[in-house]
Amino acid sequence: MAEDIRLMKGNEAIAEAAIRAGCRAYFGYPITPQNELTAYMARHMLDRKRTFIQAESEVSAINMVYGAAAAGARSMTSSSSPGVSLKQEGISYICGADLPAVIVNVARSGPGLGGISPGQADYFQSTRGGGHGDYYHFVLAPKSVQEAADLTYEAFDLSDEWRIPAMILADGLIGQMMEGVVLPAERDLSKLPKRSWAVGNQAKQGRPINHVSSINLVPLELEASVRARFERYAKIKETLVRFEETQVEDADLVIVAYGTSARVSLGALQEARKAGLKVGLFRPITLWPFPEKRLAELAGKGKRFLAVEMSMGQMVEDVRLAVNGKAPVDFYGRCGGVIPTEDEVLAAARKILGK
Amino acid sequence: MTEKTFIAGFGGQGVISLGQLWVYLGMKEGLQVTFFPFYGAEKRGGVARASVIVSTDEIASPLVTTPDSAVVMNMDSLPICEDIVKSGGYLLVNSSLVKVEPKRTDLKVIKVPCNELAEKIGDVKIANMVMMGALAKVTGAIKMDKLEPVLKSFFPESKHRFIPSNLAAVKAGMDAV
Repeated sequence: MAEDIRLMKGNEAIAEAAIRAGCRAYFGYPITPQNELTAYMARHMLDRKRTFIQAESEVSAINMVYGAAAAGARSMTSSSSPGVSLKQEGISYICGADLPAVIVNVARSGPGLGGISPGQADYFQSTRGGGHGDYYHFVLAPKSVQEAADLTYEAFDLSDEWRIPAMILADGLIGQMMEGVVLPAERDLSKLPKRSWAVGNQAKQGRPINHVSSINLVPLELEASVRARFERYAKIKETLVRFEETQVEDADLVIVAYGTSARVSLGALQEARKAGLKVGLFRPITLWPFPEKRLAELAGKGKRFLAVEMSMGQMVEDVRLAVNGKAPVDFYGRCGGVIPTEDEVLAAARKILGK
Repeated sequence: MTEKTFIAGFGGQGVISLGQLWVYLGMKEGLQVTFFPFYGAEKRGGVARASVIVSTDEIASPLVTTPDSAVVMNMDSLPICEDIVKSGGYLLVNSSLVKVEPKRTDLKVIKVPCNELAEKIGDVKIANMVMMGALAKVTGAIKMDKLEPVLKSFFPESKHRFIPSNLAAVKAGMDAV
């Protein structure tokens, strides 16, 4: 039977979707504006006899994820910007050890402690491998409560399949707002992919010891393992890029925006179209891998671009890299926890189009 | 149909509950909905505001910056709401607490003595439900024809004894406008 539509906060929908995806171990530490997520996990993971631990810090939470993932559990942590900064060392280790894990960032405004209002200034940190070393991981950016649930559910599968962590990059508005959501079906845990690489339970299985580690002191060997990982990245870039286009085909100006900014930009687009302005919207859903090929294609068709972000301009750099000088790229952003309005984005579009 | 509403009052007046229930009712009537709250850290007495949108179409920005209708639950909220409502929009005022007249003349001002009507039913805490009835009636955005079963699914069983008074409050609000 189809699930009923439920009214949920983004944070709660992410938590419930993770449970349904088979998250067996959750480790968190409170921070606004993602607290409902941790609170939901506290209530519902224990009900199902799964592991919930409120760690003593974000650093410890991500390292618990590292341990649980190494032991083969679908594991997850969530936080908001300053907390995710603290997790970066652990994320680097998890990437270096080729482990799956899901990390949720319900981003607020920074830098530093910043404020608790929504922000998108963690784009660089999320998409460039915020810790040390050569690595990337999936970054998925939902625009609604429904998509937050769907992408979280999928993040577990992607992460498992590729043995690369997957990050959900939401912002405080996606986390705090309520919308209707139809939740994905409960995953049959007995049908999850086998994890022949996991540690633990070795004697019982009579198999050789598995080592999970990111260390390798032999430069040539380490280079080979990093290169092997980059070959996986290349395959991911070929096959797993995702985006959504709205009225892009006939557009003179294409707004590029993700998450909450994309919602605002859609409103601006609707107003622009009413006024006869040919504005389109390109919304990256995967921030890594970034939809660079499609943007290059659109640039080749003579489109010009306007990146809209809740930051001083971070994703705009990826747009410029993709377009590679073939088309003008402008930027409009608000920061500090201010959400741009539809009117502001429309005004920015008008200015560029000279109308 | 898209109805963007901004609701403002002080913490404890049920502003957040009103917003949540409004979109829940809309969702149950098959509409697209979104609710975004803003409130202070105080348990009571801080500012409480909510952006709510119900629509037959996909909702763009969840943030309500130029509302079609605004709900003013207390005095402090009047200037905030009056400032942003679109020309010709509805300004619903809780006249039990707001004793000054709005300055703008291009708005449809609807006065509802929410606290008095709620007290008459027996509980000032349901003043927000009186306002919800008035909001539904004047905007027509939500029909509220299946209110009782929807309230039963919204509230946990332990709160079902409050449903009759809530229904009476919504009806009083509808009848008052």
